[in-house]
Formats: sequence, C-alpha cells, structure tokens
Amino acid sequence: MTEITPELVAEHGLSDDEYGRIKRLLNREPSLVELGIFSVMWSEHCSYKSTRIHLRKLPTKAPWVLQGPGENAGVIDIGDGDACIFKMESHNHPSFIEPYQGAATGVGGIMRDVFTMGARPVAMMNALRFGEPSHPKTRHLVSGVVSGIGGYGNCMGVPTVGGEVNFHKSYNGNILVNAMCVGLARQDKIFLSAAKGAGNPVVYIGSKTGRDGIHGATMASAEFSEDSEEKRPTVQVGDPFTEKLLLEACLELMATDAIIAIQDMGAAGLTSSSSEMADKGGSGIELDLDRVPQRETNMTAYEMMLSESQERMLAVLKPGREAQAEAIFRKWELDFAVIGITTDTRRLVVKHKGAIVADMPVTALSDEAPLYERPFSKRAPADGIPSFDATKLVLTSLKTILAAPDMCSRRWVWEQYDYSVMADTVQSPGGDAAVVRVHNSNKGLAISTDVSPRYCKADPSLGAKQAVVEAWRNITAVGATPLAVTDNLNFGNPQKPEIMGEIVAGIEGVAEACRALDFPVIGGNCSLYNETNGEAILPTPAIGGVGLIKDVRRMATIAIKREGDAIMLVGDTKGHLGQSIYLREIEGREEGACPPVDLAMEKRTGDFVRRLIEDARVDTVHDVSDGGVLVAVAEMALAGDVGVEIGVAGTAETIPFFFGEDQGRYVLAASPDVIDRIESELREIGVVHAIIGRTTKEKVLHIEREGAVALSTLRTAHEGWFPRYMAGEAIPASN
Amino acid sequence: MKSAVIVFPASNCDRDAAVALKQMTGNAPHMVWHQDKDLPDVDLIVLPGGFSYGDYLRSGAMASQSAVMRAVKAHAEKGGAVLGICNGFQVLTESHLLPGALMRNAELKFVCRPVTMTVEETQNVFTRKYSNGQNVTFPVAHGDGNYVADEETLDRLEGEGRVVFRYAPGHNPNGSARNIAGILSEKRNVLGLMPHPERVVDPLLGGGTDGRALFESLIETLS
Repeated sequence: MTEITPELVAEHGLSDDEYGRIKRLLNREPSLVELGIFSVMWSEHCSYKSTRIHLRKLPTKAPWVLQGPGENAGVIDIGDGDACIFKMESHNHPSFIEPYQGAATGVGGIMRDVFTMGARPVAMMNALRFGEPSHPKTRHLVSGVVSGIGGYGNCMGVPTVGGEVNFHKSYNGNILVNAMCVGLARQDKIFLSAAKGAGNPVVYIGSKTGRDGIHGATMASAEFSEDSEEKRPTVQVGDPFTEKLLLEACLELMATDAIIAIQDMGAAGLTSSSSEMADKGGSGIELDLDRVPQRETNMTAYEMMLSESQERMLAVLKPGREAQAEAIFRKWELDFAVIGITTDTRRLVVKHKGAIVADMPVTALSDEAPLYERPFSKRAPADGIPSFDATKLVLTSLKTILAAPDMCSRRWVWEQYDYSVMADTVQSPGGDAAVVRVHNSNKGLAISTDVSPRYCKADPSLGAKQAVVEAWRNITAVGATPLAVTDNLNFGNPQKPEIMGEIVAGIEGVAEACRALDFPVIGGNCSLYNETNGEAILPTPAIGGVGLIKDVRRMATIAIKREGDAIMLVGDTKGHLGQSIYLREIEGREEGACPPVDLAMEKRTGDFVRRLIEDARVDTVHDVSDGGVLVAVAEMALAGDVGVEIGVAGTAETIPFFFGEDQGRYVLAASPDVIDRIESELREIGVVHAIIGRTTKEKVLHIEREGAVALSTLRTAHEGWFPRYMAGEAIPASN
Repeated sequence: MKSAVIVFPASNCDRDAAVALKQMTGNAPHMVWHQDKDLPDVDLIVLPGGFSYGDYLRSGAMASQSAVMRAVKAHAEKGGAVLGICNGFQVLTESHLLPGALMRNAELKFVCRPVTMTVEETQNVFTRKYSNGQNVTFPVAHGDGNYVADEETLDRLEGEGRVVFRYAPGHNPNGSARNIAGILSEKRNVLGLMPHPERVVDPLLGGGTDGRALFESLIETLS
C-alpha cells in the first residue's frame, strides 16, 4: 500500500488541517484511492467550501420554482405541465489549456446536467471572456473556443442561440468559458439524483472510462502558473456523437419507469456521481470497479475513480429492470454495465480485484466536507463623475465604439453555431434575448446571459446587481416574463481577503437584485482561483436568465420595421459616463462610479414595456446598455436597415446623453399615435421618458446639429472588426 | 404523398424534416432507423441533416455503407424520389447517387446563415412550383458544403439542366464550384442540396417561407 506522505497530501491540494480531518473521519490513515476521492470531493470545484456560507443568501424560491439549487440543474414551471430545466457552468481552466476540447467538453457537460434530469436540450448559450486582442494567445483561444462550442453543439443538434464575448487584459492568462443549457421536459417526467433504497442495481452507461481528465476538478481549484500547459493531459476530449447517442438513449430509458435516480459523471466522474447520489438518497453505494467498462488496460482503482472521461452517466434502476435498460443502450451501441448496488450502510465502498480499496462514510464527502468562512475585506467602490472632452465629435465616436472589440458585431462568432436547428428558434443571435419556441406550442423561452465585468471591478456589489437587471431587462425587451436565473460566479483566489470580498459582495448584489425582481437563482456554479501568476480576473458573476413568452407571435425585436415610427426613450437619462464604454474607448480611461441601479424603478419600467409588447402595441424594443442610447439606436437601425433621425432630449449634455450608461432604459419605436398614448400612460406611472426621434426613408443615421452617417458606413465599421481581427490583421496594442 | 425520413444515430434534422412534412402534407412521415433493411412503401425518402455517424471520417462516408442506404439506392433506381438535405446531400454523394463530393468549407469554418439562391431548373418533381430564375432564401448550417467535381462532370450537370439551386452572387457560403447549392441525379429523381428548405416552412420562425414551394412541388407530383 502506498504510504501517504505530506508531499502526496500537498500534491492532492489538501491542507494539513484537511488531512487531519480526513484521518479523524476515517479513524485511520486513508488509502491512496481514498485520498484521491477526498481530494476531488473536497476541492473548491466540488465542495463550494469557500462560498457555501454566502450562497445561502441567494433567493431560490418562487411559486414557479420546481427545483432549486442542489440538483444537476434547476427546474421551473412554464405552464401546461411543461418544465424548463437549465443551468450554466464554467469550463475555464481546461479551455485555456486546450481551447477546442475545453470548450467542447464544457458544452457536453452542461448538456448532460440538463438531460440527466429528463429534459431534451433545446438551446445553448454562452458567456466568453478572452484576454486583450493584442495578446499573442487571444486569436488562438477565440478560434478554438468558438469552434469547440460549435463543434459539439452543432453535432448534438441543439441550437446555440446567443451569448456574449468580451476582451480584457485581466483574462490574458485565464479565459472564461461559461456554457448554459436550457432544456424542456414534462413536469411528471423529471429525474433526480437521489439513490433511494437498498439493493438496487447501480448501472454505468455511455462511453468507456479512460485515463483522461484525472484530477480535472483539483486543477480547476488552483491558480495557474507558467507551467499550466503541462496540465494538458487533465483536459478531457469530447465525443459529441457518443453524447448524442447517450441523450437519445437516456430519453428513451426515461420514457419507461425503470429509473430511480440518475446523474451524469462530470467533474470527479465516478467518485462524485456515486457519492452524491448516495448522499442525496440517504443510502450507501458499493461499486465493483472490475465491471466498469474500460478503454485502457491495467487501469488502477485510483484512475477509474478520478477519471473524467466524458459522455458517461450513472443510474440506479429498479431491481429487475436491468435487461430492459440494457436493450435500449445496446440499440444505441453504448456501453452498459451493472457496476454496483445501493446499500443501507451510508458508506461508499469501492472494490477492485477482490480487495476493498475505499470504504468511507458518504457524509464525509458531503456534510463533513470543510466549510470555510474565509476572511474578506470589501474595498470602497470606485466613485466620482469623470470629466469628458466636450469637443469630441459624436458621430466619429459612434463609429469608433461600434467597431470596438467589445462592441462590434459578433456575427463571426455566432455564424459558426447552428442557431436554427430544431426549427424553433424564433429570435436568432444579435437581439436582446434569444427566443426559442416550446415545440408544438406558441409559447417561447427567452434567454440571455449577461454581466459587465468592468462594473464589477469598480463596484462588485453594484456590478453584480447590474448583471441581474441587465438579464432581466433583455428578457423583458423581447416581451417575456423573466422567471429565474442560473449564476456562474467567476472570481480569483478566495484565500485572498480582497478577492473573497469581491465574492461576498458579488453574491450579495445578485441576491438583492434577484429578490427585488422576483427572479430566483435556481442553480449555478462557482469558478474560483481564476488567477495566473497571482493576477486575478475581473470579478465576473455571469447571469443566465430565462423568461417565458406566452405567445411568440407577440414578440419584440430590436430591428426597426418601418419608416415614420416615432422613437421613444423610456427611463431616466442622467448621462452617467462613469465606467462607460465611451470613456474607455474614446478617452482611454476606466474611471468613476458604476451607474446606479434602482430596482423598484427597473421593475416598474420593465413591467410596463413588457405589457406593451404582450398587448401587441409595440414590436420594436431594445434595452439600453453598453455604449448608451446612441449605440442602441444605431443597432436598431442597422438590424432593420431603416434610417433614423434623433436628437438630445432633457437636460443632459450631448455626449453624456448619447453615451451615458444609466440603467433601466429601453428604446421603443412605434407609430406616432401609439407613442402618444404610451406617453400619457408613462406619465401616469411616473416613468421618465422622451421622444428622441423618428425613423426615416433615407438609410442614414442623422443626429440633430451633428450631421449624418450612412447606415452602410456604420455597418462596415460594426461588422468589420471581428473577421479582420481573426484573419490576422494588426490591431491596437490594448483595448 | 407518403414519405419517410431516414434516421441515422446522429441525424439531428430528422425531427425538423418530419415536422415540415407533417405541416405540408398533413401526414406524419415514417421514421426509418438506419439499421432497417426495408423501406415502407413511400413516394419520397428524405435524408435529413445532421452528423449521421458522427462524421469524424468524411461526412456521410460511413452512412453510405449502412443497411438502410442499400434500400434507398434501390428506391432511387426504381425512379423513387429522394431528397438529401445537408448531411443528406453528403450521404448521397458518398453513396454515388449524385456525382461529386462535398469538401470542407473554403473558410474552414462551420457556417450558419440565410443564403439567397437562384432556382435554375423547374423541370423536376422538386422545384416545379418555383419559377425559373426565382431568388429564394434558405438557411445553411454546415462545415462541409464545398461542392466539387471535375470540369467534365460540372459541364455535364450544367448541360443537362441538373444544377437546380445556385448561390446568388456574393452568397456562396462555402466556396462550392460554380456556386452550386443543389443538384439532381441523371434521372432527375434524386435532389441533394446544402441549404435547409425544412427550416423555411413555418412563417413564425421569421426566415420566410421559401421552402414551402419545394414541398408543394413534391406533393403536387407525387400525390
């Protein structure tokens, strides 16, 4: 038996205290297999040991929430017996090391989280952050990640309908790849992971187990350094064909009543799936590793328990149903093996070659896992109202902003994703939220992923709040009722008090906004230790929101549809330039306070706008976010290829009016008589608004007192950057 | 019109094709599993989009060797109509039911976007409800759509009026020879095309309804 030395313990990412705790829980020294199991299950990635205390602050309940955090994904009621199941998860570290496979397996993993609960995945989204464009690795990473996401999702036949892409130097050594999957199931066909009862067969389904991905979860729980490339063997390789078979086979098995519990083998593979299922079911599990389908010869128990080979599931069946299940998996040409049995011992027992190689209480891996209340310090938020150069030309600035790396069209990205497969995509990428129809109905799901990391850096709490309201607003802007969110909290090293402060403030910000907007968090993922050589990423709590449209025939899009419409700005414009895109792209400064978020006003305004869409009074809406109102109007004109004429309204000066990023605002276009009536209604409910222009026949964007620019010129600027950059053209040194 | 949709293990537009057929004909098509050796008695066979057997090898290469394709070939040889969309087109060229091959897109990337094509031939069961020279817009979504054949074959296809769909100038998404988007077999009963007519049947999807006439043509001829 391998001697457990302090070096070995350290290599497993366990502290001395944690090792002492393991010995106390076992009343002895662990075996090497047990040490490996503790190492992954107690890793930050699996145990949430630094964040669990704070995650309790998140609101997770609402009458429409059928399943909150704690399962593979969250579930909401969308009426008529239908359920929507969704979750977002990160695959940051693997994607930096091996972008194609890292991103592909991130997509595969989150899809399994959703279909293991009985849902057919119907939409994929993502939130991607890369280093600055001038960094030598950025192109390679963008290219690999985008083709990896497409390669996996396209083969699965699940439309990738949107997402976000940002560039910032803080991600130079640590990109973020957050993938979200949304699925549909019937409410009476939802499958959970609680392995209840003793004497039930534990079955292994899917791909064979190989030596790939061993200790992926541990890698994801440590900072990166220069030698991180050496960790390439810990990245798994995706096989979307097998996943497609697994999806269809699982759904076929789920149509029977043979399953007691089922869970995908994600991070920490066989270890986490078996122990978590036993833990949730109040049972024990005994595994016989000799029966595990193996891809390679002479695999050790340690390797099998820690392998993160993809496209595998663990299920507990009703006794006697093995043959029925096996027939389904054989039809789909997948491996199927009974590898264990549930027990009433509350222990995880692992046998290999006739010997017991691990025997531990299930609770040692769950309830008894370390829980840290790490020290934190919250720094004072950035404040102040930055000055600006009033002589800058508005139209020139607009062209620059529309062509900026963070603001230009993402067409180069989303054209590599099959966004229309399944023939239910009613709103394609490029709008405020993607909309997919619920098959065989007129209902639709609106989905948006959002966060503005620059705000979160300036003010972690307010920035997190803003991420939530932006998702809520994007969903509202298409006419949907926002129902719930999944959060993907990407931060640096929680053992540094200032980073822990960002985490705590971020969670509190998300909690406050979600509570105020009745927008509960039903699942998510924390990705910590996003640092390279001690440099942390910007705090990036990505929010994936889902809403319901009652009738997709009444939906708004950002495209202006007619000439002669009046253009109205709804919401108050103070001209907030702090932390704005304008200040960064035009004046090269990242300064000032974030725009404040007024949650009550946000809700009042959004609820009103949504009703306008539901009542079919307005079909053209765009939320105002990055870049401010002029960018919003330009995007609407470009999307519809209809000209606009606009001017300043209210008291703000020209530049702050056009480029300020005040929250809680929408731009609407509708016929002047419709807008007239809307005006009086807005006055009644006390929402600030202004008519700022009209749509025109001539295909130009005309600004009073500033002049005009052809839409074709703006389009060239907006569409040009991404393809030119990816083709290798030189770009400015930093963004 | 009675129809069948072939289902390979990683077909993923099989449902879309079935939904479009149901919507247009009123009848649900038969769904035929790739291991089946016999086909139901139908007027039209659809080979849908997707990744057949993962397509880690050349797209459609393994599918061309499947049990069901022997039956599809027999159906085609008897003059039965076969429509191959996207991966279905790839399977048809790999099975030699259509000439030429579909290589990796010229830009080496998967591409999903609406493309405009010209209908160049209407003397066949698939496009008679279009008018000659009509511009239509269907979406493409593929990585291997770059149609190639030797000059002699291309000349023959053109000369025999077998180039049915041609990408409009500036709309070729994959670098295909002579902007070819879809071609007919010699007997004009097999059509392969990269763009997806089944995704432009339902007006609610917002991409137009240019695909309907293709199904209407089939219904008119085969019913």
